[in-house]
Parts: sequence; C-alpha cells; structure tokens
Amino acid sequence: MRSPRLSRALRPAVALAAAALVVAGCGGTDDTSDTAQASDTAAVSEAADAATGAAVTVTDPWVVATGEGRDNSMTAAFGVLTNDSDTDLTVVSATNTVSDRTELHEMAMVDGAMVMRPVAGGITVPAGGSTVLEPGGLHVMIMDVDSAVSPGASVGVTLTLSDGSTVAFDALVKEFAGANEEYDGGDAGEMDMDMGGQGSATDGS
Amino acid sequence: MTDAPTPPTGSPRWSRRRLLLSGAATAGGAAAVAVGGVAAADDRTDTAVRTALGRARDQADRDRETFVGTDVVDPRGVHQAGITTPSQAHAAFCAFDLRPEVGAVGLQQLLQLLTDDLERITAGRPALGDTAPELAATPARLTVTVGLGPGVFDRIGRPDLRPAGLADVPAFPAIDRLEERWSGGDLLLQVCADDPLTVAHAHRMLLKDTRAFATSRWVQRGFLRARGNGADSTTPRNLMGQVDGTVNPRAQAEFDRVVWHPGRDWFSGGTTLVLRRIRMRMDEWDALDRSAMEQVMGRRLSDGAPLSGGDEHTRVDFDARDATGLRAVPDLSHVRLARGPGPEQQMLRRAYNYDDTPDAEGGSDLGLLFCAFQADIAAQFTPMQQRLADGDMLNEWTTPTGSSSFAVLPGWQGGGHLGEGLFR
Repeated sequence: MRSPRLSRALRPAVALAAAALVVAGCGGTDDTSDTAQASDTAAVSEAADAATGAAVTVTDPWVVATGEGRDNSMTAAFGVLTNDSDTDLTVVSATNTVSDRTELHEMAMVDGAMVMRPVAGGITVPAGGSTVLEPGGLHVMIMDVDSAVSPGASVGVTLTLSDGSTVAFDALVKEFAGANEEYDGGDAGEMDMDMGGQGSATDGS
Repeated sequence: MTDAPTPPTGSPRWSRRRLLLSGAATAGGAAAVAVGGVAAADDRTDTAVRTALGRARDQADRDRETFVGTDVVDPRGVHQAGITTPSQAHAAFCAFDLRPEVGAVGLQQLLQLLTDDLERITAGRPALGDTAPELAATPARLTVTVGLGPGVFDRIGRPDLRPAGLADVPAFPAIDRLEERWSGGDLLLQVCADDPLTVAHAHRMLLKDTRAFATSRWVQRGFLRARGNGADSTTPRNLMGQVDGTVNPRAQAEFDRVVWHPGRDWFSGGTTLVLRRIRMRMDEWDALDRSAMEQVMGRRLSDGAPLSGGDEHTRVDFDARDATGLRAVPDLSHVRLARGPGPEQQMLRRAYNYDDTPDAEGGSDLGLLFCAFQADIAAQFTPMQQRLADGDMLNEWTTPTGSSSFAVLPGWQGGGHLGEGLFR
C-alpha cells in the first residue's frame, strides 16, 4: 500500500491559515465555510481522508502479522498521526475491518514490568504536531481476531476524534518479531490470554 | 578524497608528521595527541604542525559534507534502477523460491511489500517496522532490482505473459559444471550499494518481508572497487586483474536497442538478466606468463587496450598483424569470440567479482558473477555464449558453476508497484 509522503515537521504558515478555516467550520455550523475548507484541506494535506476532510491525517500505517509465537487473538496497528489544525485533537475510539473490537493502547510500567493497557482519555495529537504510534509505544490494538492477519494483506482502520470527525486508512500487514507484549487489562484486571473461546468476563477498555 | 596538507619541501621529520596528520582527518583529537608526542622541540615546525592539523580538520568537515553515503538513486521510473546505474561497489544477488501455496494473489502482495520497502530504504528512510532504522540512513546509492524466474508465469496461471525474450539458458556441456546451489530461482533481488552495511541491512529487511511468500534459495555476493578509488567511469577489473567491461552500451539509444524489451505490452520497460557464476582457476592461470595471459584475453593487462593497439576504448582491429605476421588479436582470444556479428548480439554487462572460501588444499574459490542484461536471451546471449563454449582459450581457466535467467520487471511510478502489469 503506497503511503503518501508527508513531512513530519510542523506545517508552514500557509497550512495553518487554511487549517484555521477547518477548525472554524469543524462543528459543521456554516455550510459556506465547510465548502471552502474542504478544498483548502485537500490542497494542503494530500493524505487527508476524502470522506471526512478530517484535520488529522495518517501516514506510514502498518499492522503486525499474526503468526507463530504470537497471541494471534490480537494485533497492533501503527503509524504517524498529524494534526493540521490549531487545536489539540484526541483519538477517542477506533474500529477495524478484521475484528469487532478495537482499543487504543499505551505501554506503561506496572509493578516493574512494561505492559500494555488502554490509554485513559484516548490518544492526543497536539495542534500543528504529530503523534507516533510505534512498537513499544502508543498503538491501535486490534482485538478478538479470529482469522489470520497475513503479510501483504490490508487492514482498514477508522479513528474517531474528539470533535466527532473520523479518519480512515488502510494499513499494510507486515511480519514483525516484536510488539508482542503482555496485555494488562486495566481497571478490570488481567485479560485472559488463553483464548479457548472464553474471553475475560469484564470489559477491558 | 582526503587531501593531506601540502608539506614544505625537504624535511624528513615533516613526512612522518604528514602520515600522522592524514590520520587526523579521521581520528580527530586522538591524532592531535599523537602529533604532540612526536613533535620535536622546534618552534618553527610546531606552528606549522598546528596549522596543518587545523587544515586537516577542516578537510574532514568538508568530506562529511560530500560523504557519498547519502547519495541516492530513485528506484522509480520507466525502468528499474540498478541496470544502467553505474555499478556500485557491493552487490548481493538474492534468489528465492516461491512457497508452493503462493499464486497470483500472494505474488502481488509480495511485490507490493517489496515496492513499499524499496521506496523507503533507497531514499535513506527506514522501511515500516525496521528495527535498525539508523542503518537505513546511509543509502549509498542503494538499488534493488527485482526479477522473476521463468517458472513464475505458469505458477500464476499466466503463461501468456512470459516475456518473449526470457529463455532458460541452455546447457554448454563442454564448459559447464553447474551446481543447483548457484542456479535457478523464482525471484531475484539484486541488491547493490557503495556500502556493504547498506547492502546487508537492505537484504535483511527485504528477507523479513519475503519469507512469508518465498524461501531463500541462494545468495551470491560480489564486489568491485570501493567508491572513490577511481572515477565512477573507470571500467572495473576482475580478479585476474583484467579490465573487464569495456565494450558496453552506454548511451540511451544503445540501451533502447540492446537492453529494453521492445514490445508495447505489460513488460515495456523490462529486460532480461542472465547471471552466471564463473570460477577462475587461479593457480593454473598464475602459471602463465604475462604475455600469454594477454594473448588469451586479446587485451593488454596494463590498461585494457586491445593487442591491435590504441587505448582501452580503441576499436579492436581483428585484422591487425603483429611483427611476426600473426594476428595481433588471436582468433581464439576471448575478445575475438565474444564479439558478435553485429549489434543484434550485444548485451549490457554488469559483472561483480566474488571471493569465497578456499578449499582444503588452499585453492581459491573466486571468480566473476557475470551479469548480462539484454532484450532477448536466445537472440543476444546464447549465440555469444555458444561461440565462447566452442573455442574460447579462456575456458582453460574458467568454469561456470551457476546459471540463471530472470525477467527483470519494468519500472513503476509513484502510487504503483513492481510488476503491476502482471495482475491487470
């Protein structure tokens, strides 16, 4: 899947000026400015998802393939989230095309060990900046996977932001040896890792 | 590339310091300590030493700005890179066999993964999931050229798409001692760069993305002169010391006539590759005197000039006679037999030297990874190889131990991927 090349540096002034229109019209209150901002956004950010004109774009997305030696009931999606607007935006939830359960995770030190767990409050992308989802750090967790996620395939992910907008992207599946950490189920306790058809009774998010 | 500071004349103590100071370009502060230790209690030379050290450091800074490790070759275009690209210093030819369950869908996924990797690592950026991203930062003119073996087209159910110019290289029983471990393959990645670390990292990254689809069949590694040890346009030498590759297409018009697939179809922009591993029997070769070595080749060892006279690039005069009345360029010399009847039998040669492990008796295992790119193997390569097999004097000292042919995929543009024409 060809990823558009986007600079990870802060946007130039021109882009911010255009983005101001995006922020102003983001609540959908003014039809005229929505039209103007859609074309500005498209011109400024070639990777923007056409369906929503969201201020957050995703570059270099990819997903870890399931396979031997891994817990194949879950896998992770990574990429770079870039926020073209001048307001901090937060990814509050997500969905994916291979399973019915998607969470937003972080790596954290718990009782002296690095575990992964849901990130409280979602994943924030600062105004005019980027947040990197990468192995060992923040990521989108694709859970309750019941079929192979194979190298070369494509997984669709849709992120929902705090302003109600969505960003959809296709992530290339790649073999990767890492990103296989233990899952700490957060407030609800340990996730049952042996997926003999019985999940944890509690909601891990 | 690093100019040592210009010494004043006639000072023997200076030449020892010059040696240390040229080390200063790389050793920086450490050399300063060394110079301080060596300098005699001589006020005039002490100042000169400090000035020269400063100049050496300035030169080192300039060298870093022109550091060749950051040079890149764009992998996209009508043709793949690594064919007409000037030969880089290091190469790894990596052949794979597709796994039995892989068909058209799997092959397309593999080619998409490879394309994504290539676009990044050739630009000096890490591939997705690259666990050693720092190694991606010095692309050093990295090119990765991808080819498919003759069996792939049946495999994906499209025998109609096999390029007309792709053929199995026939057997040449008089000379061949081919080994399966150096022959064949469904997929070839020709990985070339001026930095061996770059080649190794690229190989590793591509292997990780390939192995779900294909198993590694063989890897043949080769080398030429390090970049910077001679102009880029200098013809390489092989391990017999011969200037090797003089007569070669160099201009766009020649490439169009000799190298690129002439049709207007999915394979436009592609070519074919013949890769033969040629072992040099060096102990027997070393028994020849220099004049005999030159007679076998048809060219002088010193500069690659034909024995009929001139310099390296002078046209060979096959009718010229020497003082004794014999042909200056022997009829059975390599250069004579390699020359075909005309342009229809030319090819683009892009060989690399290899140097493998000596045998128990100390016999070297080294030679040439002979690579020929041509539009049509049967028309351009095979007749030439047949002439050599039938009579080339050089056969006494060379043995082909591997032979493979591949369809080198056309190039692609941004947004597309390698081999996309196969799947339309």
